[in-house]
Amino acid sequence: MKAVKQVLGNNLQQYTMVVVLVLLAIVFDFASGGRMLTPTNFQDLLAGNAYVLVLAIGMVMVIVVGHIDLSVGSVAGFVGMAVALSIKSFGLPWWLGLLLGLAVGLVIGMWHGWWVSKVGIPGFIVTLAGMMIFRGLIVFTSGSISQPVPGEFTVLGAGYLPEWGPDTGLNNSTVVLGLLAMAWFVYSEINKRRHAVARGVDSPVWAMATRIVLIVAVLGYLTFLFGSGRPGTSFPIPGLVLVVLVVLYHTLTQRTTLGRHIYAVGGNKAAAALSGVNTARTYFFVMANMSFLAAVAGILAVGKSTAAGPADGNMWELDAIAAVFIGGAAVSGGIGTVIGSMVGGLMMAVLNSGLMLLGVQSDRTQIIKGLVLLAAVAFDVLNKQQGRPSIIGQMQRALSRQSGEASQKKTD
Amino acid sequence: MTDSHTILQMRHITKEFPGVRALDDVTMSVRRGDIHAICGENGAGKSTLMKVLSGVYAHGSYSGQIIFEDEEVSFSGIRSSEERGIVIIHQELALIPELSVAENIFLGSEIRKGLLIDWDAARLRAIELLARVGLSISPDTQIKSLGVGQQQLVEIAKALSKNVKLLILDEPTSALNEDDSANLLDLMRGLKARGITCIMISHKLNEIAAVSDAVTVIRDGRTVETYDVVAGEVDEDRIIRAMVGRPIENRYPHHEPHIGSTLFEVEGWTVEHPEMPGRLVSDHASFSVSRGEVVGFAGLMGAGRTELARSIFGRSYGIFRSGRMTLDGRAIAPRTVSDAIKQGIAYVTEDRKNLGLNLLDSIKATTVSANLRAIVERGLLSFRRETEVAEKYRKDLLIKAPSVDVGVSTLSGGNQQKVVLAKWMYPDPKVLILDEPTRGIDVGAKYEIYKLIHGLADQGKGVIVISSELPELLGICDRIYTICEGKITGQIAAKDADQEILMRRMTTTSSTAAAMASPLPTPGESTTE
Repeated sequence: MKAVKQVLGNNLQQYTMVVVLVLLAIVFDFASGGRMLTPTNFQDLLAGNAYVLVLAIGMVMVIVVGHIDLSVGSVAGFVGMAVALSIKSFGLPWWLGLLLGLAVGLVIGMWHGWWVSKVGIPGFIVTLAGMMIFRGLIVFTSGSISQPVPGEFTVLGAGYLPEWGPDTGLNNSTVVLGLLAMAWFVYSEINKRRHAVARGVDSPVWAMATRIVLIVAVLGYLTFLFGSGRPGTSFPIPGLVLVVLVVLYHTLTQRTTLGRHIYAVGGNKAAAALSGVNTARTYFFVMANMSFLAAVAGILAVGKSTAAGPADGNMWELDAIAAVFIGGAAVSGGIGTVIGSMVGGLMMAVLNSGLMLLGVQSDRTQIIKGLVLLAAVAFDVLNKQQGRPSIIGQMQRALSRQSGEASQKKTD
Repeated sequence: MTDSHTILQMRHITKEFPGVRALDDVTMSVRRGDIHAICGENGAGKSTLMKVLSGVYAHGSYSGQIIFEDEEVSFSGIRSSEERGIVIIHQELALIPELSVAENIFLGSEIRKGLLIDWDAARLRAIELLARVGLSISPDTQIKSLGVGQQQLVEIAKALSKNVKLLILDEPTSALNEDDSANLLDLMRGLKARGITCIMISHKLNEIAAVSDAVTVIRDGRTVETYDVVAGEVDEDRIIRAMVGRPIENRYPHHEPHIGSTLFEVEGWTVEHPEMPGRLVSDHASFSVSRGEVVGFAGLMGAGRTELARSIFGRSYGIFRSGRMTLDGRAIAPRTVSDAIKQGIAYVTEDRKNLGLNLLDSIKATTVSANLRAIVERGLLSFRRETEVAEKYRKDLLIKAPSVDVGVSTLSGGNQQKVVLAKWMYPDPKVLILDEPTRGIDVGAKYEIYKLIHGLADQGKGVIVISSELPELLGICDRIYTICEGKITGQIAAKDADQEILMRRMTTTSSTAAAMASPLPTPGESTTE
């Protein structure tokens, strides 16, 4: 038990979720007779869910800061439609249409942010209004007719990394990407251990080595899976967009003052304000950023489907919110990570894909997804009631045999 | 031992929290129809004892016996104690501001006709109850439109609606002005005449002296003495001796001040209440702090101490009206908290849990949270730096925690307070305002915090300490300002002051001092030097 703890370290929660995800995929693979873990299925899974995962990146920040954004589906749909219409009506080049779409998203976000931070209306209300407004605008501007987008968008939404160089049997771009990821993980592990040792913390080499072997094996397998598909396929481009955004936003939330401020405001707004955090600015940024990412998601989605439709984005906000909560965010704010939300989103995606492969109808899939969400949030709420950090945290404590009992406050 | 005159006996009550024994074999008995005062310093265990009695701490979470009306009782919660006629009114009032007086009085015990609430009956009954506590207001008045004094009376009316036999009042007058306090004490005498027994926790010895029939003094979780008195003829010194119980020198570290030139000066500081237009929470307040000096702010709760401090700290409270500030000989006017921090002001809040800490954070994240800029390396937060800084403060301030990675919610009050102090020491401020820095922490940790305060002064910083505990101010400050109703009513060197002088000045601007149940000596002519 102690060995497990030493290998997994402080990130037990994240690793646990990853392990559950991997197990889920393996179980579905067995149950479906090997149709789950195939290159095509995984490529589809990633390309088909990239937009929800992009939304979840923004959504976790909104939820951590203590709000919620119900408008993201409508905003994504509206931006997709705005891009398609502007290219068609004004004859804009595709890249200008894309930039315009991102700008529209940002402006909508600033609109939401203004109401939340300056007027002080809860994000729930502001974005409920936004949800109606932009859904209405989609129908109004398009006349309920689908609008096609140029082929460049299809590359962005459904394209694959190019093939080049010697024939290795795998897609070389994918291999390079996989190797980069492995190299980064190994480097960061070695770096982490160096700092730990410098601080005098016990950090055995074998634990680090086990971690590296495990993660590199998973990354290697994924590289193989994505790289060994039909000729012309590889790691999908929307997946690459997602990876870039995840790296960017993970860094932003974990390694910058702005990121700290988001957690501080979500954890205790009054205390954050008295620590010099500009809470209004933090709200504004988070809301503006959410709609910007909704624009990205909308553009990926029109690219995938080659056209902007009047129903695009319907209920996407709920998928994004579900991903964030399954990924361990707290309803009351202050807790949640980008990586966790990605795992939560992938959990939903794997469930969807696996149940479909098993021939489960979409109505029953919906029921199962609902129950999974409920179970995940129930964990969070039960933890809160006991006033402890998390159930995973308790397991961790039990594992390490530490008696770090939450000390009750003496009152008098 | 038990006779028909005894309504309540608490025998050998012991209550432990992780790491602290809050009550240690406390025994007391209360006579029917008495006003029984419980005295003790902050943290002595008074409130804990009353929570045991009223079932807030359920039977089984403590050891010992409670005998009420000749029967051993074991309350599972506040409702079960209320059923027996024991009602507690907490220091923080538990009324719902948005609801009306009648709705509040019958909350949880609504008068019903079938499935529906019988509002007519409730209103009539409320009027009757309000009359008993001397309130002539409509039962439909919203609680939020009442003053604190009237709210207190509504609480008592609510207690009366439950057919109370034993009423526990926890610091009932701490938030009241003198008129309201005198009124409340009169009401308590009235209740006594109707045969209702009262237990009163109070810090205000003059009030205890005015109304009590018996006094129990608790210190460090133990009963020191319990004896009968005659209302109006109480020996306050005897109570103080029992409360303090040891020479005062031992509780405060010795410190030789090295006071330099004036560091921080505030002049004519006037701030309006954020919700009540026209009400000044700070009224032309002027004060100064020198390098190396520890300055105390003494005032009753509600006098405007916290409001003054927070309005200075980047205008984080109230509406600024007028006033000037000079720091290090330079005029400053910080409009935001981050500006105030940049200028070199730090404010450590009295409300650690709600305003001071993000309880989700670790020690290290809390330590750097007011000065994140300092751990940024190449545009990113440096976790290495963060850990180093937090480790340094953990060692320097003797914070008891297994590592700086643990959550602040797992720490004891004293250690949490040290983490908060570390958070505000890290930005290296020139002036620190510490609001009730030792509230809710035990004696040992208090001593360490006093030493820290002196250490900060010795570094040439100016330290302002706001405290409700006068002995604390007298023990650690060099100079003390007294505040009353938003005005600074005087300043005095700590070595020339005693509690009585301070108390007189803390209550001096009120024209109605004479209405106090126990008259104070007339205030000195010149209270401002």
